Amino acid sequence: MAPVFDYAPAPESRAIVDIAPSYGLFIDGEFVEAADGKVFKTVSPSTEEVLSEIAQAGSEDVDRAVKAARRAFEKWSALPGSERAKYLFRIARIIQERSRELAVLETLDNGKPIKETRDADLPLVAAHFFYYAGWADKLDHAGFGANPRPLGVAGQVIPWNFPLLMLAWKIAPALATGNTVVLKPAETTPLSALFFADICRQAGLPKGVVNILPGYGDTGAALVAHPDVNKVAFTGSTAVGKEIARTVAGTRKKLTLELGGKGANIVFDDAPIDQAVEGIVNGIFFNQGQVCCAGSRLLVQESIQDELLDSLKRRLSTLRLGDPLDKNTDIGAINSEEQLTRITSLVEQGEAEGAERWSPACELPESGYWFAPTLFTNVTQAHRIARDEIFGPVLSVLTFRTPDEAVAKANNTPYGLSAGIWTEKGSRILAVANKLRAGVVWSNTFNKFDPTSPFGGYKESGFGREGGRHGLEAYLDV
Amino acid sequence: MSEKSEQQRLSVFKTYKLYVGGKFPRSESGRVYEVTTKTSAADAAGKGKWLANAPLSSRKDARDAVVAARKAFGGWSGATAYNRGQVLYRVAEMLEGRRDQFVREVADAEGLSKSKAAVVVDATIDRWVWYAGWTDKIAQVVGGGNPVAGPFFNLSSPEPTGVVAVLAPQESSFLGLVSVLAPVIATGNTAVVVASEKSPLPALSLAEVLATSDVPGGVVNVLSGRTAEIATPLAAHQDVNAIDLAGADEVLAKELEIAAADNLKRVLRPQPVDYTETPGIDRMTAFLETKTVWHPTGSLGASGSSY
Repeated sequence: MAPVFDYAPAPESRAIVDIAPSYGLFIDGEFVEAADGKVFKTVSPSTEEVLSEIAQAGSEDVDRAVKAARRAFEKWSALPGSERAKYLFRIARIIQERSRELAVLETLDNGKPIKETRDADLPLVAAHFFYYAGWADKLDHAGFGANPRPLGVAGQVIPWNFPLLMLAWKIAPALATGNTVVLKPAETTPLSALFFADICRQAGLPKGVVNILPGYGDTGAALVAHPDVNKVAFTGSTAVGKEIARTVAGTRKKLTLELGGKGANIVFDDAPIDQAVEGIVNGIFFNQGQVCCAGSRLLVQESIQDELLDSLKRRLSTLRLGDPLDKNTDIGAINSEEQLTRITSLVEQGEAEGAERWSPACELPESGYWFAPTLFTNVTQAHRIARDEIFGPVLSVLTFRTPDEAVAKANNTPYGLSAGIWTEKGSRILAVANKLRAGVVWSNTFNKFDPTSPFGGYKESGFGREGGRHGLEAYLDV
Repeated sequence: MSEKSEQQRLSVFKTYKLYVGGKFPRSESGRVYEVTTKTSAADAAGKGKWLANAPLSSRKDARDAVVAARKAFGGWSGATAYNRGQVLYRVAEMLEGRRDQFVREVADAEGLSKSKAAVVVDATIDRWVWYAGWTDKIAQVVGGGNPVAGPFFNLSSPEPTGVVAVLAPQESSFLGLVSVLAPVIATGNTAVVVASEKSPLPALSLAEVLATSDVPGGVVNVLSGRTAEIATPLAAHQDVNAIDLAGADEVLAKELEIAAADNLKRVLRPQPVDYTETPGIDRMTAFLETKTVWHPTGSLGASGSSY
């Protein structure tokens, strides 16, 4: 379908953010070089431009950071909750003040559209700190008994899909409850965490309370295995999550894991088609589908399959892929070459296994990592594209006839993070929601997040909850 | 006087059996092991008195128990909380009626005097009553509405994790057992219980109580034998969702936790517990998931609502 009209470019200015040519590790309130002097480059996935050179933490640095966090723990945990709260409120406010700068930075380093970083990531980041700030002096009322104690030093490893938001999900509850943290951002998206380190300085946060260690998987592994870490929190792939669970086995470390998913988005024949199509698009193309709770399996009732798919394809043809900084962009860049390779390989397997591939006419930029919105029909439950988490803008469409069949197919996965239900019938929503083995169920909506709302998985999507009162438990000795 | 009454009556021994899927099978392996009374340190040189031959469960028995527990999960987790409460209370009623039997078995199992064993049994019965009352309260205590910043109804509710393998405490063969089992099933999980290795008889007798207490078959499955032998396949089983390691020593607990990582079982590590104290809710919450359901609220327009 030819576009009805073209858009003029509407780029957000990147002048608002000043990226230094190099960054150190943030340990004990100072930016320092790695002990072995190692560095790595972070690139903008939409252009492959090198944004900055980052110190790469090794095991010696991990040890240094954990020691700093341990030293800081005594005073930080002894502070009245009301004082810790004020630090967190300060941080929340500074994030709000600097939110456009951080949004542009995140878009540059991650590749996601500015529309998303500006309207979703950053508001949620600030809200998360604001929310947990308020808990710091109210822990006695959180339902974990009187005077619940922090655990100590939290080792936290976060992914690249929502770099600053995942940092907020990890650091805000940890600090509110009186823990100190050592956090490893993902190797492809270290910048916003390092800017956050600067925000901690601006907020006057005591030294060592927050330490940031950019690095690769081996840095994370060293952090998780460090004997003086009391708490491990990880968001990322299920395979790594299992490895971490093995690492902490037999220790007293408390563990929470937020891992992969293969969310089913179930559309019944009475669903409002237009709203459902918007929900499906949001479910799988938000952040290029690089979302653990993505609605990557569309389960559509057989009787409306044709109508729904026609609508969906029409809608996909209007999605704008390109410069993530452009305010009109819907689909940005894939985060890394490695991820692009993985998506490409799974999609090729989908074709090879006999599923039918469709994409709208879509011109991909010449440099950077891109993948066109893709839809597979004739998918069976045995296909890899229906079983494996693709973590990209790829939707697998399956059909069902009865609600029981929908539930059985939705639950036919080792994962259990999210699901969607589209129907006008209230009792059907509640009946189906009740039967789905998933931690978050969106009915007649999708991909909604809120700091007050617990988030986390069933089965191999991990354990523990982030957000809300529930999110405190992971950081308390209860 | 008749001749008969002058003879001492020969008592009828009980064949202790496993409890799987509501039935009382022997171990498929055909193996048994000798269970004796607990002897104090002073006379530890001598073996305790022979009590019974208990089934020595195999890996296959463990797997059969998991199948039974999985089969029972839908019905039990789908039962109303009120109904589960009534069933658990019924367990307490049935136990009360067999109090003397359990006093005898606990005294033998734990080397206690009759009066001390009676205290333990009473506490155990009361524990069932305590958890029976929790079934329809825990959801309000740990769940609830979330005040999200947008036009959405948003509710978090606890749901049972699924099939839970429970390694019952080794020392506290009855009170400890019930203290780890009752919280698992109160919330709608189903359980495969590995009884105390040396003192399995109170657990095997409890199964007889469960079988006559309206607890659906398969909700609780009881295995006796070597803890390590039975727990290893349970920890590695891909259809077990969680494991309580209360009855494992440090070395075994670590091995089992590593095996449990393969399908990311929820793991409750062994910890010092005084089973005589009123428990908290943590043994229930350890085997609960939180499900959060969203729905738009919209605004009242001409058609009633919109989203």
